Amino acid sequence: MTELHLAAALNDAGWHPAAWRDPSARPSALFTAGYWGDLAAEAERGLLDFVTIEDALGPPAPPGGVTARLDAVLIAARLAPATSRIGLVPATVVPHTEPFHVSIGIASLDHASRGRAGWRPDAAPAHHAHAPHFGRRDLPDAALLGEAAEFAEVVRRLWDSWEDDAEIRDTATGRFLDREKLHYIDFEGEHLRVRGPSITPRPPQGQPPVTVLADDVAGYELAARAADVVLVAPRSRGDAVTVVAQVREAERTVERTGEPLRVLGDLVVFLDAVPGAAHARLARLDGLARAAFDAEVFTGTPGDLADLLLDWREAGLDGFRLRPGVLPADLAAITRELVPILRGRGAFRESYGTATLRGHLGLPRPANRYAVSDPGRRP
Amino acid sequence: MPVKQIHLAAHFPGVNNTTVWSDPGSGSQIDFGSFVHLARTAERGKFDFFFLAEGLRLREMKGRIHDLDVAGRPESLTVLSALSGVTARLGLAATVNSTFNEPYEVARRLATLDHLSGGRAAWNVVTSWDAFTGENFRRGGYLAEADRYNRAREFLGTARELWDSWSGGDLVADPASGTFARPDAGAFAHRGPQFDIAGRFNAPRPPQGRPVIIQAGDSAEGREFAAAEADVIFSRHGTLEDGRAFYKDVKSRLAKYGRRPDELKIMPSVTYVLGDTEEDAAERAADIRRAQVTPQGALAYLEGFWGRDLSGYDPDGPLPDVEPDLGEGVSKGRAQFRGDRSETVRRWRALAAERGLTIRELVIEATGRQTFVGTPRSVADQIDEFVRTDAADGFVLVPHLTPTGLDDLVEHVVPLLQEKGVFRADYTGPTLRDHLGLEAP
Repeated sequence: MTELHLAAALNDAGWHPAAWRDPSARPSALFTAGYWGDLAAEAERGLLDFVTIEDALGPPAPPGGVTARLDAVLIAARLAPATSRIGLVPATVVPHTEPFHVSIGIASLDHASRGRAGWRPDAAPAHHAHAPHFGRRDLPDAALLGEAAEFAEVVRRLWDSWEDDAEIRDTATGRFLDREKLHYIDFEGEHLRVRGPSITPRPPQGQPPVTVLADDVAGYELAARAADVVLVAPRSRGDAVTVVAQVREAERTVERTGEPLRVLGDLVVFLDAVPGAAHARLARLDGLARAAFDAEVFTGTPGDLADLLLDWREAGLDGFRLRPGVLPADLAAITRELVPILRGRGAFRESYGTATLRGHLGLPRPANRYAVSDPGRRP
Repeated sequence: MPVKQIHLAAHFPGVNNTTVWSDPGSGSQIDFGSFVHLARTAERGKFDFFFLAEGLRLREMKGRIHDLDVAGRPESLTVLSALSGVTARLGLAATVNSTFNEPYEVARRLATLDHLSGGRAAWNVVTSWDAFTGENFRRGGYLAEADRYNRAREFLGTARELWDSWSGGDLVADPASGTFARPDAGAFAHRGPQFDIAGRFNAPRPPQGRPVIIQAGDSAEGREFAAAEADVIFSRHGTLEDGRAFYKDVKSRLAKYGRRPDELKIMPSVTYVLGDTEEDAAERAADIRRAQVTPQGALAYLEGFWGRDLSGYDPDGPLPDVEPDLGEGVSKGRAQFRGDRSETVRRWRALAAERGLTIRELVIEATGRQTFVGTPRSVADQIDEFVRTDAADGFVLVPHLTPTGLDDLVEHVVPLLQEKGVFRADYTGPTLRDHLGLEAP
């Protein structure tokens, strides 16, 4: 039986807007390194492939929730020296940021974590609400995906703009760099123009895995062009069959080459060993704040969730990103209860066999798009 | 009266020709282990902070990427956030450009570093205006040079408004009442010529209130900016006399902003070489200068001032006899080649003629010897004298080797300063403001 890929999505005190009011939550610790360090350590104890960290450049619209959050790339960087194997995948907001800064930030995260960085460009329309914080953007929703595609292309070209062996330290000629192995990216799109090269040498993974959250064909096509991992949100096993077929169709439409997308299903999870307890907990939280999730919500026992994951996997999903309803309780239920059950059924790793995020995902280190394959071409 | 205390910071050597890469002991300028080594060494030495520079475009010479010096560095805030996990007290200073960024994002990222490090963040505010760097950014290089301080000043002012938009008690996080934050927490509105923004800031008040602000400007405008806004200034002035004049000038500007002289620390960036004897140190210093100024590097340096290709000249021969081309120039991404190049060339010709210097010898001479050279005892004495006689409040030390260049100084010089009672034996508080003796705003 092939093993599932499993990721945990870290967000505030959990994915329910009232999660911070759960008795198990630590709302006053949300802005400390200790809080995030404990979550990452818990996820790594469960041998998960990666954790994702959400971001936004303003508070969420609905009242009752957590109205502040720290920068996701910097949280991930803080977690790098505190962990050794787990992948670290921060989100960045597409419309209000500079791709050059994002590219060197993720490359630096990859250097600091020795090959465990990933990245999720987030172009959700909700981020438009924060345009007044930047005072200059008036981008129609329809253009967001186009900007996201350009953004990801710029970031990826910059990662390749240094060949792996660009640093030569040749004392005979006094040259530190071989400038033939540094490349201008000269990107000129509808939204962005960036010259390059990067100021940061190529990341250890070459290309840190790019993750795109998508829920329609346009999103799947963006993922097929720009990403290594697509996060989808099927509502049932039957829906999962449809979604996976659409993703594969999108790959053909954009004529994707190389590794197929890793398709992970997103689920919000509330877990409890006692049947019915998780459902009661969700009902209590719903009474405190109204939740609107863009993924299916699972309430039940870890054993029930294992059954569901193994069933949906038959639809062609490579794994799942689980969004704990309440942190740290639902994360601990994943790592301490769900994972051993899956392992018992031969569906999850016994140990990390690889050291990089690409390794965990079964992705080879990619060739550099700018490298000349025939070394004889160069003097 | 208590003895005036010295403040020390460590500069990651990183890029440019201060860093000797040909030395067998030279390690990686990008491997995270190099950053860890230097930061931990600085913390072992009880330094105030660790400093990272920034450059957002690789330098070019004659239209091609400059290939002679160390290049390639990480994004400052990302690597500092990682370093906050392997250090406990050391301040963490990032250089972040105010031209190619937005106040909301920069204020939030610095607040994040301050939260994650428990109050150890600092921001070196730099400005750019050039279209060359702007080609890497959405907004491009539209800024007129004269406007760069206007933008920087308004940028910093806006960042302060954002940090102040949360007061210390705004974060309530009371599960029983359901109040996460007070209703007005984070509300801001800034309307100015550079920025017109309003809404809600989504980072709670940083542990230090606001991160420590560092400035490097040396022009009259830069000094005024520092006097009004900065906590630390690190412009370099060679001699004791120059240092005292600068110190006096900058400190005298503080009063009109309602600030006391000790609210701005003057910490020039300096280089150093240690030896077992004075002669040994001098010899090592000369060797390091030769390694920093290679034959190829010397020619490239002159080309920056001559504004033309000089590759036909022998670095070990006399200065070029051709006149400089004072047009657009051949060097991009480096500030020192601006200004009056013909005057510089005239001065060098006179110096070379007088002392019979070759091209390489001239560049070694012209780009300056190390600031402090000597035995640990004499270097400790020099550092102490500068601070005691008000030529500085301390120093940003720039090693010439990555990552071990600070080891000797921390091992041999810092204990001498501690013995003199002019440098802390241990940290007395958790935050960078505590180390610098700055009150929370």
